[in-house]
Amino acid sequence: MNMPTRFYNEMFADDGAVRPHYGPMNDWLKQQTSEIIAEKRRQADLMFHKVGITFAVYGEEDGAERLIPFDIIPRVFPKSEWSALERGLRQRVQTLNMFLHDVYHEQNILKAGIIPPDRIFNNAQYRPEMQGVNVARQIYSHISGIDIVRAGEGEFYVLEDNLRVPSGVSYMLEDRKMMMRLFPELFSQYKVAPVAHYPDMLLDTLRSVAPSGIDNPTVVVMTPGAYNSAYFEHAFLAQQMGVELVEGQDLFVDDLHVYMRTTRGPKRVDVIYRRIDDDYLDPLAFRADSSLGVPGLLNCYRAGHVTLTNAIGTGVADDKSIYPFVPDMIRFYLSEEPILHNVPTFQCRKPDELEYTLANLDKLVVKETHGAGGYGMLVGPAASKAEIEEFRRVLIDKPEQYISQPTLALSTCPTYVDSGIAPRHIDLRPFVLSGKEVQLAPGGLTRVALKEGSLVVNSSQGGGTKDTWVLE
Amino acid sequence: MLLSRTADHLYWHARYIERAENTARMLGVNYETLLMPHKAHKEHNLWRATLGLSELEPQFIELYGEINTANVLQFMITDMRNLSSIQSCLWAARENARAVRGSLTSELYETINSVWIESREWVTTQRAINRAPEYLEWVKMRSHLILGVALGTMLKDETFNFLRMGTFIERADNTARLLDLKFFEHSEISHAKEKDTEQTQGENDSKDFYHWAALLRSVSGFEVYRQTYHDVITPERVAELLIFRKEMPRSLAACMNDLRKNIQYVRNDYSAKTERLVGRMHADLQYGQIQEVLQNGIHAYLTEFLEKTFELGQQISQDFLVPLNPAHAKVA
Repeated sequence: MNMPTRFYNEMFADDGAVRPHYGPMNDWLKQQTSEIIAEKRRQADLMFHKVGITFAVYGEEDGAERLIPFDIIPRVFPKSEWSALERGLRQRVQTLNMFLHDVYHEQNILKAGIIPPDRIFNNAQYRPEMQGVNVARQIYSHISGIDIVRAGEGEFYVLEDNLRVPSGVSYMLEDRKMMMRLFPELFSQYKVAPVAHYPDMLLDTLRSVAPSGIDNPTVVVMTPGAYNSAYFEHAFLAQQMGVELVEGQDLFVDDLHVYMRTTRGPKRVDVIYRRIDDDYLDPLAFRADSSLGVPGLLNCYRAGHVTLTNAIGTGVADDKSIYPFVPDMIRFYLSEEPILHNVPTFQCRKPDELEYTLANLDKLVVKETHGAGGYGMLVGPAASKAEIEEFRRVLIDKPEQYISQPTLALSTCPTYVDSGIAPRHIDLRPFVLSGKEVQLAPGGLTRVALKEGSLVVNSSQGGGTKDTWVLE
Repeated sequence: MLLSRTADHLYWHARYIERAENTARMLGVNYETLLMPHKAHKEHNLWRATLGLSELEPQFIELYGEINTANVLQFMITDMRNLSSIQSCLWAARENARAVRGSLTSELYETINSVWIESREWVTTQRAINRAPEYLEWVKMRSHLILGVALGTMLKDETFNFLRMGTFIERADNTARLLDLKFFEHSEISHAKEKDTEQTQGENDSKDFYHWAALLRSVSGFEVYRQTYHDVITPERVAELLIFRKEMPRSLAACMNDLRKNIQYVRNDYSAKTERLVGRMHADLQYGQIQEVLQNGIHAYLTEFLEKTFELGQQISQDFLVPLNPAHAKVA
C-alpha cells in the first residue's frame, strides 16, 4: 500500500457523484444555511455541557470543562456493507477469545508453531496469575472495541483490537440522541437502525457470564472515580443498566467473596464490569501503591466466585506485537479465511524489518507496541525532519518496542470546519459484546481528525466524534 | 439497598442545595431591610450578626477587613474561599451529584448541572453581585426546581429518602439559626427602645413590624402567618409558627417530622440511636409549647436545638453513610 493521491470519500465517488446512500443527506445539507448550522452547533455544545459529557481540565482556573467536539454530519453505512463488516467483527472477536482461552490453558497455538512463545511469555500484558484459571463460558473479552478504517470500496482494515477497557460507547449513544434532537427531519428521510438498546445488550451479556450457580446475579460497574475522563460513561452505563456504580473503596473481600458496603450492610457482588486497568485491580496482587482497587480481589476471581469483565490478562491479545498474528489465529481456530484485513505490519524487533522501517520513516506510521491514545507514535508523511530523526534514534535504541505500518489511506467524510464543509479523515470503533452470544449494536463510535490532513483521530490529539448510521 | 458512599453523596448534595437556598434567602432579606431608612450602625450590625450566624466572622475579617454590604455579598455569594458561600455550596452540591449521577434521573442531574453552569455565568460576569437581588431570587427558584424535579422524577426508594434527609436536617438547622439571629437583633432593638424618648416610640413600633415581616418573608412565611393567625405580628407567634407549627413547611416541627419519616424508611440493624434521637426531637416539637420556650429564653432553646441537630447529623453519618465495618456487620 502506498500513500494514495486520493482518499476514499464516504459521500462522493471519485467522479464527484454523490453515493446513493448519501443522496438525501446531500440534498438536505444544501438546504441548510450557515446560520442554521451555526445555531445547531451552538445548541449541541450547550446540551453536551448540560448533560455533562465533559471532562475537567486540570489547572483551568474557572473550573471550565471541555467537550470532545461533535460533528453534525453523520457517517452512513449501507446495510450490505455493514453486514459484511459485522460478520468480520464477530469472526475476529470470537477468535481472540479462543486465543485467550488457549494461551491461559493448553497453548495449542504455540505448540503448533504459529506464534513464537516468547511473544507471549515476554509480553508484559501476559498475566501468569491467569494460567489455568477457568472463566465463565471461556470468555475473556466481553466488551471489545475494534478500531476499523476504510481504505476503499468494501475494503476495511482493523487498526487495533481493544480488549482491555475500551471506552467511547457513550458517544455512540449520546451522539445519536443529539442528532435526533437537532435534526428530527433527517430521521424521517432515512431508516436508521437504532442503537439505544446497547445498555440492555450489555446487561444481558454481563448477567450471562455470572459465576455458575447464581440465578439472579448482582452486577456492578466499577469506576476509578468521578475525576476519570471517562467517568460520564461509567455513570451513564450503570444508570442505564440500573446497577450500582462502585469505586474500589465500596467493595471488600471476605472469605473469598466480594461484597459492597451498603446502607443495609454488606451485599454480595457477582459480576464486576470494571473500568480500571489490570494493574490497579488488586493492590495485593498488582500495583501495591494503588488505592483504586480491592485487596484480595484476584483470589476471589481465581476461585471463580466473581466474574470480572473484561477478564484479567486480555492485553496479551490486543498488544501490537500480537496483532500481526490475528489472521493466522482465525485460520487456526475457525478454519476460516479472515473477513477483515490486517494492516501490513513490520516488526522492528526483526533486523530486516527494522532496516526497512528506518529506510522509509517518511512514509510509515511507527507505533509503540504497548502504546495507546495516539501517544508515542510517528506519522511519517506528516512529521518534520527533526521528529523523524528523533524517532530514528529511539527505534535503534529499543527496536523491540515498536512496529511500523504503511500510512493507511483512511477514508474521509464531509465535516463542518471553520471554513465550511471539508473532507476529514475518520475511523470507526464498533463495540462487540460476547456473553452467551456474540452481539453488537448497529453502529459505533466514529472518530474524526478535525485538523486538515491529519490521520490521528484520538480525542487527546484533537479528534472529534460523529454519529454512525447503519441504514435498514 | 444503597451503597453507603452513594447515600453519603445524596445526603450532602441535598444539604448543600438547601444551604445555598437558605443563604440566598437570608442575604435577600437583609439586603431588603437595608433599603429602608436605618441608623448608620445598622448595616454593620446586621451583617456582623449574619456572619456570626454561620460562624464566619473570623474568616471574613481576615479576608476583607471591613464589614459592609458590598464585601459581605462578595464573601457570601461568590467567594470560593468561603466554603459556605452560595457558589461554594452549588459547586459542592453539583460535585456530590456528579459522583452519583448514575443514581439520579437524567433530568435531575441535568437540572443540577445546568444550575451550576448558569450560576458560574452569573458569577464570572459579576451579575451575581451587581444584580444581587435578582441572583438571590434565582438561586431560591433553582433550589425549588431541583427539589421539584427530584420529587417528580425519582423513584421513591432509599435514594430519595437520603436526599430528603439531607434537605430536612439542613433546613431545620438553617431555620433555627435564622430565628436565633432575628431574636437577637430584636433584643437589640428593644434595648435601644428603652433608651429612646417618647417621640420615637411610634417609629420603633413600625420597625418591629418590618423586622418580623422580613424574617417571615425569608422563610416564605409572611402569607402563611396571616392565614394562620389572622392577627397582628407578634414575636411569640412568629416563634411559635417557625418552631412548633408542623403545617409550616420550614418550621422545626415540620423538618423533624419529615426527617423522622425518611429515617424510618431507611432504618437498618445499627440505626437505633439515630431513630431514638430524631424521635425525641420530634416528640419535643410535637408536644412542646411556645410559653415554655420563652420562659427559659429562646436563645437557650435554639442553642440546644442546634446542638442536638448536630449530634443527629453525626449519628446519621455513623449509622448509614460511613461504610459499615464488615467485622460487625453480619453478611446477609
